[in-house]
Amino acid sequence: MSVHSGTRVGTNAIDLVDLHKNFKEVRAVRGMTLSIAPGEIVALLGPNGAGKTTTIDMILGLSQPSAGSVSVYGTQPRQAIDSGRVSAVLQTGGLLKDLTVEETARYTASLFATPRPVEEVLERAGISGIADRRVGKASGGEQQRLRFAMALLPDPDLLILDEPTTGMDVEGRRGFWSAIRQDAERGRTVLFATHYLEEADAYADRIILLRHGVVVADGTSAEVKALAAGRTVRATLPDADEAELSAIPGAENVEIRGDSVIIHANDSDAVARYLLNSTPARDLEIVARALEDAFIALTSDHADQTVSSQVGGSR
Amino acid sequence: MSAVTSQDARPVRSHAGINPTVLGIEIRRLIRNRRTLIFALILPVVLFLFVGTNKSYANLNAAGVVGQHTPAHANVSAYLLVSMALYGAALATTAGGAMVSIERAQGWSRQLRITPLSPTAYILIKTMVAMVLGLCSVLAVFIVGKLTGVPHMLPGFTYLWFVAAACVWIGALVFAALGLFIGYLLPSENVMQFLGLVMAAISFAGGLFYPLNQAAPVLRDIAKWTPMYGLNQLVHAPLLGGTVDLMWVVNAVAWFAIFVAGAVYLFRRDTARV
Repeated sequence: MSVHSGTRVGTNAIDLVDLHKNFKEVRAVRGMTLSIAPGEIVALLGPNGAGKTTTIDMILGLSQPSAGSVSVYGTQPRQAIDSGRVSAVLQTGGLLKDLTVEETARYTASLFATPRPVEEVLERAGISGIADRRVGKASGGEQQRLRFAMALLPDPDLLILDEPTTGMDVEGRRGFWSAIRQDAERGRTVLFATHYLEEADAYADRIILLRHGVVVADGTSAEVKALAAGRTVRATLPDADEAELSAIPGAENVEIRGDSVIIHANDSDAVARYLLNSTPARDLEIVARALEDAFIALTSDHADQTVSSQVGGSR
Repeated sequence: MSAVTSQDARPVRSHAGINPTVLGIEIRRLIRNRRTLIFALILPVVLFLFVGTNKSYANLNAAGVVGQHTPAHANVSAYLLVSMALYGAALATTAGGAMVSIERAQGWSRQLRITPLSPTAYILIKTMVAMVLGLCSVLAVFIVGKLTGVPHMLPGFTYLWFVAAACVWIGALVFAALGLFIGYLLPSENVMQFLGLVMAAISFAGGLFYPLNQAAPVLRDIAKWTPMYGLNQLVHAPLLGGTVDLMWVVNAVAWFAIFVAGAVYLFRRDTARV
């Protein structure tokens, strides 16, 4: 977890410092500080409205932060775009239906000083077979591969993908990710936003979990999975003492609802043993928390800040 | 990692976008768009063939159309040819400018913002493409019109064909600006249907389709404030050989300024928001 210790400011692919973005009343991003080192494959995970796209827009210079700073390879986002060091696959849209696949790529290539050959990027995105097809006649997956091909043209050091597989079927999603994965093996830094937990788990080295515009967890996928691996112990226990229960080794979060206690635990056995041995608890049940539940727990409005700080604080 | 560090100083393409590849692809798009071609090329040619090739116009001096006492250098047919060329060029350049509307609706202008293309260069490309389409429209009307053999200039004034065509084409810049303005105002794929009606209306109001001197005085007064009025007078001025009224120039320049200002304002708001 100490990947960044010792790296100088400016050598990171991305540095966000206390980033804020407000849209009138809505505070979409509220104080985000994080760094991404060259070579990392990072997932920005969170439900809709967590601030993923807003953050990406600021990293790409598409919108200006309300406060805080963004730097990409130590420069302004616009500079990084102009020099082709960063490129992106945005969400759906962004293509002209009346151009062919090849024309779209050629148009984009002509805007860069030293682009990769169009044939090469189409090949790498797996769409050289449909080069002469009109974009409007290409499937959603093919269009997304075209966006990917366009993003490869400047041979960027950093590739940003904003929910790249939204609307794709399972097959298309798998094919798309295998193309990205192959490409990332060449050492490219990749940052992708997703609300699919499995995608983050399968393709990222590091997962940054967002909720309401703040980072609630940041760690390797194993670490975030460890958070998810906790279980819930539920029992009937009248007049429960919250402080006592919170002190049980292995208990993470205690919730008391009338005569019921619900304890989220990373060591459910220890909690169950304590409840049965040292308290008059009865009707005890232990439920495994699914990966999905953990995600919801961490990103829902009721999520406890302390849960996140355990992992979030480590960076 | 070596790939990363070796690219610390990357070149940036200057004037990105205003290059032959982009312009070539943009022009191919125009040619593929059947609706634009019908609007910009076929409609004005057909209109001229209907209204301008009456055999009786061949021997009528264009001075009669505007009630001018001194004889003009062209016949009525040539006068109408220039009118239809202006109508066609105006339609063509408006359609070209309004392409930004479709491109915004499809998210293309947002996509371009993650390339080195500057928004200003994008606007220049759109203007250039609109003017190319305008030129095609002018050439179509002039060439087909001339081939009918009806319109003609008086002996010694053949060069006026070129002068008139150039005036029409340059004047159409006003409508390229209108197209951009509307394109930023209405992010819709159907903006051209709306603009077709607008163009017909301002062409009537500005006296392009009928002689203003035969109109009711109140319509004549209104006409002077509409965007087609000044240009309509100016493009016919070389043929008529009369004087140029300063108010025509003021009308054309003022509307150009209004459309440019509107387009620039909306374009700035657009780039700040996206």
